[in-house]
Amino acid sequence: MKFFRDIGQYLLMIKGMFSKPENGRMYWKEFMHQCAEIGIGSLGIVTIISVFIGAVSTIQTAYQLVSPLIPPSTIAQIVRDTVILEFAPTLVCIVLAGVAGSRIASELGNMRVSEQIDALEIMGINTKAYLIMPKIIAALLMIPMLVVLAMALGIWGGRLAGTAANILSGSIYDKGLLEGFKPYNVIFALIKSYVFAFIIASTPAFYGYYVQGGSLEIGRASTKAVVVSCILILFSDYVLSALLL
Amino acid sequence: MIEVKNIQKRFGEKVIIEDVSAEMKTGQCNLIIGASGSGKTVMMKCMVGLFEPDAGEILYDGQDFITMEQAAKTEIRKEIGMLFQGSALFDSLNVEHNIRFPLDMFTKWSYRKKMDRVNEVLARVNLVDANKKFPAELSGGMKKRVALARAIVLNPKYLFCDEPNSGLDPLTSLVIDKLIKEITIEYNITTIVNTHDMNSVMEIGDFIVYMHQGHKEWEGSNKEIIFSKNQLLNEFIFASEFLKDAKEMRMLEETGKIPDDQSKGV
Repeated sequence: MKFFRDIGQYLLMIKGMFSKPENGRMYWKEFMHQCAEIGIGSLGIVTIISVFIGAVSTIQTAYQLVSPLIPPSTIAQIVRDTVILEFAPTLVCIVLAGVAGSRIASELGNMRVSEQIDALEIMGINTKAYLIMPKIIAALLMIPMLVVLAMALGIWGGRLAGTAANILSGSIYDKGLLEGFKPYNVIFALIKSYVFAFIIASTPAFYGYYVQGGSLEIGRASTKAVVVSCILILFSDYVLSALLL
Repeated sequence: MIEVKNIQKRFGEKVIIEDVSAEMKTGQCNLIIGASGSGKTVMMKCMVGLFEPDAGEILYDGQDFITMEQAAKTEIRKEIGMLFQGSALFDSLNVEHNIRFPLDMFTKWSYRKKMDRVNEVLARVNLVDANKKFPAELSGGMKKRVALARAIVLNPKYLFCDEPNSGLDPLTSLVIDKLIKEITIEYNITTIVNTHDMNSVMEIGDFIVYMHQGHKEWEGSNKEIIFSKNQLLNEFIFASEFLKDAKEMRMLEETGKIPDDQSKGV
């Protein structure tokens, strides 16, 4: 029963976001602030994860490809497709669900508990539109950009590890990257990243916005937001793969 | 003027407010008093629209706030200032930004004009040199004054204060009470204060509504409250021996005698 009530409340929250802004400039300012928080704030962790994922993929693929019949450039193809199709969009978004998602849930939860949301409501501001909408739009703009960056860094990390470990030369790796490249894979990864971005921003916003109680409940809401976001990301990853590949 | 007519509010099976009516006049401090859990905060939240009452009417200068369109409700809300129990200042903004926020959102004034207004209200609440401080750097009393400054920055017609003295020392409480009273008279606004601070009741209570377990038990002024024969009210207000003595002293001042029944707190 609670599950259906939560879904209904979530949908009402989304519906409630759509209203004419009280002041466009203030909404724009909030949107830019969220872009910086979600995008620049997550840049460091995305960079580190992407480079290492690419590096580990190269080493593990080389470890499993023992047949002399398979050319070394295949390693680059496998790393490229794995990073583009799965690691960059899914793994990075799961990490972002933890980084950005918990921040969104705790920020809104703290605002709710300390009556800051009530203060905005009393001023006559649509708090769903002012507090949640900019976060979702900022996530929809910044997360696909981070995913594209993760793709590039993951592939570069693979090249770095491949050459450093003497698995394959840089030129063979580059040659392998161009072999059998399907641009659709990038489009598919971007579609996934948009869906995941919506989940990463809206799910924690829901748990934070409707939190009740004190600081303990804010922590719980934040944890729940991250767990539910991760499950939803993995579930929609499966659905999108089944439908679009 | 704000009129509350037969307001009822339940949470599930639990009745929080039962058939409460009151008339809060302009230019005076209207107090809602009562013990914790008596329903006064819920009553205030119903009045400002944070909770929707199950029945009854809330009239802002004759307009029914509950049944009016959302757009009209938003317009009324722009005329409401509210001082929250925990101040509700925006953590990420400094004092100046906190107070300027409603001006940024709802006016098209120049930056200079907005800053002039911010400094004017800061001076009004006796806060100087605090513009750049963040809420975390302020004391409880300063937070309340900043919140009060933010509440009045748009020249509201209605000012709501939810337990403005909670967590403050008696001296700071007195300063906040005086500010609320002065601002009410100066700006000729309808002020509603939720409190269980007896100093506030005696200092600023032009009109007092006493609530007990969701019911309105008594109403009157701070002059009348000491003569009240309502047992529940007397038990609540003059709970301590010290306050009973203070009441007797006040009655002595007012009438020159202490009636037997009053001295027994009946």
